[in-house]
Amino acid sequence: MASDIWQPRISRYVDAELSEEEMRAMDAHLRECSSCAAEALRQMQLKHATKLAARRFSPSPQFRRRIADQVIADQVAARRPVIWRWGWAPLLAAAVMVLVVAGILLSRSAEQARSQQLLSELTDIHVANLAASTPVDVVSSDRHTVKPWFQGKVPFSFNLPELEGSPFTLVGGRLTYLDHEPGAHLIYNIGAHHISVFIFRDQPELSRVFSTRESSKDVLKFHVESWSAHELRYFVVGDASDQSIHELTSMWKKAGNS
Amino acid sequence: MPLFDSLYNFAGWLTGNREEAEDLVQETYLKALKGFSSFQQGTNFRAWIFRILRNAFLTSRTGLQAMRTVPLESDDEETAVVSATMDTPESILLGRASQEAIQAALEKLPVIFREVLLLCDVEEMSYQEISETVSIPIGTVMSRLYRARRAMREEL
Repeated sequence: MASDIWQPRISRYVDAELSEEEMRAMDAHLRECSSCAAEALRQMQLKHATKLAARRFSPSPQFRRRIADQVIADQVAARRPVIWRWGWAPLLAAAVMVLVVAGILLSRSAEQARSQQLLSELTDIHVANLAASTPVDVVSSDRHTVKPWFQGKVPFSFNLPELEGSPFTLVGGRLTYLDHEPGAHLIYNIGAHHISVFIFRDQPELSRVFSTRESSKDVLKFHVESWSAHELRYFVVGDASDQSIHELTSMWKKAGNS
Repeated sequence: MPLFDSLYNFAGWLTGNREEAEDLVQETYLKALKGFSSFQQGTNFRAWIFRILRNAFLTSRTGLQAMRTVPLESDDEETAVVSATMDTPESILLGRASQEAIQAALEKLPVIFREVLLLCDVEEMSYQEISETVSIPIGTVMSRLYRARRAMREEL
């Protein structure tokens, strides 16, 4: 009879949808009730088997590239109407005179678009990560645990800042990719806010589109600070206050020079 | 591109073929880019972009046909209790069932059940996230999950 009360909750237990209190009560019940324990195990096995079998469709590299190119093209195209609103005739008349200048501007515009696209990609990773059920691959607030975890996973090493006495807490780290390049993604908490620190090798393209050694931008309400040092490119992304982002940036720069 | 592999897999299961899945994912990213201003910061990005994909699917020919499929049972039916004393334990069945058998069972599920099962078990979304993605109440999410799993058990 007692199982009649617990059985309907098993699905929610398996899906981790019970409250903490209910989870504890269910755990205690499962230790005593073999019938419910067997049912919970069966449901977990089915869930696990479904998860494995259902990862069936994966995109081809060509399709991935095509969509990435299209996304970039779409963002570049979004800037064009501003130019065309000037009217074609004056542009045509002036075209010869400003050909060289226009070439430079277009080149810069493309680089700005590329820069914006990469920053948007980073903010997307930051946002998507907040929604992920497992936001970090290595869970630790100890920098001496997190740093070694990246060894062999990213083609570079880096120093994490000492957080003692600061308002920041290290949540952990995960492997990430930007433009097919592996990088480190560190997640910090400050109050209710999350801040992501991304580190990649400073590839020629990154150096070109982020031509300045240091930059600070607002992308989709996120504050982003970026700098390069010792052939690495760093990004700090978050919706915390500019001051907090800057403070964490300063701590990372200091750690990078130590 | 965030969630690219997940969206593609989900699209594959909705449409059943690679070409349509590619069209669906392409449409999703273009709509997401154009409509990013409609995404409210602080809300669930994953539910938002999956909802775009699902809505794009619903307006496709395949989606319209799929949604006309007769559901297993009414959503309103109260979620029944799964018997804990089934004659054939799931563990034995699953032990025998190959990955192909599970995939075949998933294929046989009507889309409205398959999608909640995929979002829950593969994407590990919470009931709340699934509710936002599919635009149905949480009670209906639970009901559809229950029926999807029961159908999977029976099929396996």
